[in-house]
Amino acid sequence: MTDEIPAPILTGAAYGGDDILVRVENLVKYFPVRTAGFIRRTVGNVQAVDGVSLAIPRGQTLGLVGETGSGKSTLARCVAGLLPVSSGKVFFDGHDITNLSRSRMQPFRREIQMIFQDPYGSLNPRRRVGAIIGDPFAIHRTVPAGERKRTVQELMERVGLNPEHYNRFPAEFSGGQRQRIGVARALALRPKLIICDEPVSALDVSIQAQVLNLLADLQRDYGLTYLFIAHDLEVVRHVSNSVTVMYLGRVAESGPRELVYGTPRHPYTAALLSAAPAADPDAAASRQRIILTGDIPSPIHPPSGCRFHPRCPKARELCSQQDPPLEVKAGDAATHLTACHFPVEVGENLAAEAAARR
Amino acid sequence: MALLEVENLTVSFQTADGVVRAVRGVSFSVEPGQTLGIVGESGSGKTVLTQTLLGLTPGATITGKAIFEGTDLLQLSQGQIREVRGARIAVIFQDPLTSLHPLYRVGWQISEMIRAHEKGVSKKQAAERAVELLDRVGIPHPAQRVNDYPHQFSGGMRQRAMIAMALSLSPQMIIADEPTTALDATVQAQILDLLLKLQRESGTALIMITHDLGVVADIADNVLVMYAGRAAEKGTKRDIFYQQHHPYTKGLLESIPNSSAAGDRLRPIAGMPPSLINLPSGCKFHPRCAYVMDRCLTEEPELHQIRDFSHLSACFLPTAATGVGGDAERLRAEAVAEGRMGAAVEVAEAIAAAPEVAS
Repeated sequence: MTDEIPAPILTGAAYGGDDILVRVENLVKYFPVRTAGFIRRTVGNVQAVDGVSLAIPRGQTLGLVGETGSGKSTLARCVAGLLPVSSGKVFFDGHDITNLSRSRMQPFRREIQMIFQDPYGSLNPRRRVGAIIGDPFAIHRTVPAGERKRTVQELMERVGLNPEHYNRFPAEFSGGQRQRIGVARALALRPKLIICDEPVSALDVSIQAQVLNLLADLQRDYGLTYLFIAHDLEVVRHVSNSVTVMYLGRVAESGPRELVYGTPRHPYTAALLSAAPAADPDAAASRQRIILTGDIPSPIHPPSGCRFHPRCPKARELCSQQDPPLEVKAGDAATHLTACHFPVEVGENLAAEAAARR
Repeated sequence: MALLEVENLTVSFQTADGVVRAVRGVSFSVEPGQTLGIVGESGSGKTVLTQTLLGLTPGATITGKAIFEGTDLLQLSQGQIREVRGARIAVIFQDPLTSLHPLYRVGWQISEMIRAHEKGVSKKQAAERAVELLDRVGIPHPAQRVNDYPHQFSGGMRQRAMIAMALSLSPQMIIADEPTTALDATVQAQILDLLLKLQRESGTALIMITHDLGVVADIADNVLVMYAGRAAEKGTKRDIFYQQHHPYTKGLLESIPNSSAAGDRLRPIAGMPPSLINLPSGCKFHPRCAYVMDRCLTEEPELHQIRDFSHLSACFLPTAATGVGGDAERLRAEAVAEGRMGAAVEVAEAIAAAPEVAS
């Protein structure tokens, strides 16, 4: 299946002895590619997630960054138990929840909730908001029918919706309000973990800030743990305690926010950070943008060796032959892991190297 | 002389629910070779504004002028505007997948565009130009890729093909409507880099419509900030980012998470944008404005000069109150202390009481 890469050891000690709520070990998720017709032969695999390990301490936020096709949403769905995993393990609150049966997964579903990107597509347009938010109570029978309306209205108030709008349909709400409905529904069963999959990408910037503040308040008040997926690096920097950067199904770099953003070691992280436009003309003018060549390759036929090597400004022969392990690089903190043979050094001008290669 | 001079443009649509006043008196100009960034949230009228210039808003009630190279675009017939659109003013849309026809080869779509506008160009010549254009926008192996269908291109390559098409007739101006919004960060950087390079080479003027202030900070010379169909503030890039006057501009900039305040609370704008059918009285921003004063409820402020000729803002706050420095904040506080005696007190209390509760 995969090249033999030793799974990085992510123990509580590496996170300062914190209590780990979610641990993913060497998770692999392949989607078979089949031929058309009656006998659907498997001719290949979309290697969506290929050997990813991570750990999220309780009450903290892990930001998951990567471009389209990096496998971040697939990983999130595997953690939530919405997709069976091909191999590897998912531990939640000390229990192994990898590929549990429907009935055995049921109690964990209460504790793991999701907020989705599209506030239009994730709410049934024909059902009233009160019923949508109240569904979890009906399914898990945690609140008796008679008390449901009151509980739902309390939830609505908590997320900044007017409780009098209980009987309205989703179409009567704006994008930001719909995302609040999604938050209320995720919150209904008092989960421990909320997986936020691009929760603010579809919102305007002033509304985005409102929703991010709401998520921060809820985390503080209920001790929630977030797995936060976004492609906007500034948003991830704002919300996360630690950050994992994914590229084509693998972890490129991971570590505490300040280290990954402050001293990125993987050339892909450096390029991603330099590409994010900053709302500051002077910073934009002085910044050295690392322009990568080409697009992210197909996960059906990922490149040999390091998956980033065809686009990497630092690639050498070794990179196309040997897959770099995710490990602590010389001089880095024990929590800062990088999968690169030739990591970026302090003061290195990667932009010039990238320009020279183009 | 300006390449494009838009004067007091208004656009409204008659709908079953009432009149949607999408653009309400906007003026701006674009010089040759310059980039104008138009910023605003959903429903601020930024897209309707530029589509109207190109005759793409049939059924709308339009008043005002849009003088492009001496002719008023708004007076042209559908046939006449078709000759301008694509040839002299090119457009790049947000979604490159729906902008390309899925059943025709990319090269065919580019050469068809050339042949539609330039009579007498043979199919062979047009096809050769399509290959050259794809090469110019950085598509590898253009001679082969010219025969691909759009679905064989990645998102970034499709947007490159759209740019190739926009360049095919050497337009004087390109209107790019959120051209990088659907793209990943590293691909967005590639496309912005390409647009800047091509603009330098050919001296084309560019109107960049975006909700992303980061993109504007990167490539614009001048910026127009729109709110509820009007210009809230207008100025050079530095005016807008460092000496902003309008509280909406200030609010937009403060809403963005940035590195200096990582982990702190964000400062969003209270409430949400108004419906364009039922606009608030007075200044359209007053129900969300932290500096609301009594006159804001009844009078709509006009754009007026702030610091120099280039910098205009439609807000009653003192003209010296620009930027985020302590002095500016003191001036704003003084103005509010004097100007908020009556009806505005209640509005301000509502904003302060529930800044993040959507009404």
